[in-house]
Amino acid sequence: MQFVLMIYHTPEEFALRNNDYSDPHLGAWRAYYKALVEAGVYVAADALEVPDTGTTVRLRDGKRRVQDGPYADTKEQLAGFIILELPSVDAALEWAARCPGASIGAVEVRPLAKEALQKGFTG
Amino acid sequence: MNGTNQENARRTIERVARESYGRLLAYLSVHTHDLASAEDALSEALVSALNNWPQDGVPQNPEAWLMTAARRSLIDVIRHQRVVQASEPTVKLLKEDSMETTIAAEFPDERLKLLFVCAHPAIDPAMHTPLMLQAVLGLDAVRIAQAFLIAPKTMGQRLSRAKIKIRSGGIPFEVPQERALPERLDAVLEAIYAAFGIGWDDMVGADQRGRNLAEEALWLARVLSGLMSGEPEVQGLLALLLHCEARRPARRGPDGRYVPLSEQDPKQWSLALIEEAERHLSEAFKQGRSGRFQLEAAIQSVHAERARTGRTDWAAIALFYERLIRISHAIGTKVGYAAAVAEANGPDAGLAALKPIRREDVSDYQPYWAVRAHLLQRLGKTQEAADAYDRAIGLAEDPAVREFLLKERGVADRSHNQRRTAAL
Repeated sequence: MQFVLMIYHTPEEFALRNNDYSDPHLGAWRAYYKALVEAGVYVAADALEVPDTGTTVRLRDGKRRVQDGPYADTKEQLAGFIILELPSVDAALEWAARCPGASIGAVEVRPLAKEALQKGFTG
Repeated sequence: MNGTNQENARRTIERVARESYGRLLAYLSVHTHDLASAEDALSEALVSALNNWPQDGVPQNPEAWLMTAARRSLIDVIRHQRVVQASEPTVKLLKEDSMETTIAAEFPDERLKLLFVCAHPAIDPAMHTPLMLQAVLGLDAVRIAQAFLIAPKTMGQRLSRAKIKIRSGGIPFEVPQERALPERLDAVLEAIYAAFGIGWDDMVGADQRGRNLAEEALWLARVLSGLMSGEPEVQGLLALLLHCEARRPARRGPDGRYVPLSEQDPKQWSLALIEEAERHLSEAFKQGRSGRFQLEAAIQSVHAERARTGRTDWAAIALFYERLIRISHAIGTKVGYAAAVAEANGPDAGLAALKPIRREDVSDYQPYWAVRAHLLQRLGKTQEAADAYDRAIGLAEDPAVREFLLKERGVADRSHNQRRTAAL
């Protein structure tokens, strides 16, 4: 089963990117990725640019609505994601707890709806 | 006045609930095997106490009052269900009088049976501890879910499923017969140990996957020790938990920093808890039947000696681990053995002891990598050490342990660079 770990950062955490990424911070993330790969559970991952760079688009009553910034105006914002191949949600939560992002911001774990959706897409 | 009464009543209810919850629940469910209904009845009784005691005053025997109220509501529930099979236990309950004054405090303590039910082999081993925490201590599913890193809704469902199995699956409410006892008791001990959730305090920089249930685990271990004082492993488990608990204040620096055992100041250890641990351990040893928890407690007891002697007898620890390895195949035991051997006979010997452990067994086991990193660093194999540190850092959950390992890794990096510079 595949799970997505969605990593939410606080503004303070995002700010670390603009200044210098302090050494321990970077080291912890690098070590975490290494552990995921070596444990054979890693599928894919990527980081997102800071929320300010986002633009949100909606179509309402046939009209385009474009809005600066992220979809939801909350304190913690999506900063990146990791996709893991794991036997159970219990294992996914274990890995989420080890994520350096969990001790400052938050990490949401959700299963990928892959199988069901693929069926829907391809008929 | 009313406010004082209310406060007084609330405090009494809290205390009685804490001390008597398991005794009340065990007694209420021993005939019906229906934990869920007994829990409902007991919580109704607690609510009704909250409503009545502030006006009527706290009864002379609060536990008996709760028992009567809970029993009445349980009988109502069973009558309401009109379940044929349940009629017999109902009659039994009804026959035992329901006059609160005559119950006294002397209803039998059935908690031991309840503990064995919670850790029954027919129940998923992962649910033994959560069930025990709920049935004997009255912890709610949300709190248990936090400790076990499981979604609260899922934990609630798993607990209900286990209770349904107990009600319908013919799991006997009894203390197992002598032949089956050692194995069954082991499951009970294991479940209590799992609530404590200690990592390997005697290993350098090992993550302690704390469940924050140490107090609850100690409570359970003390209850069990009171009920089965003649079982050496029961006393051994209690001694082990007490030793680990004694060191809790020393495990963190004033700034929240992680302090490994070797750097802890023994003056910060709790002498009272150490003494209590030693009492239980020597009681256990007198029985002359060794076992896993006694050996683990003995290892912690050697560590505690440092408070008196100022040094750690690693040779003795390695010896206890050798005996432990013969009866426990847990990876943690093998890693602990390697760490002890390294302290006693040098890092080479420690690494050799790590060698038989298969890599696929430790791909997500943090203590292995922490110990390996530490030993490689001591041998000056800095590149390999840095790799192992990365694995340990990546698998750490506790931010303080992560920080500690990052710092250690930095030291390895620097000495590596110095060596390179020197070579140029």
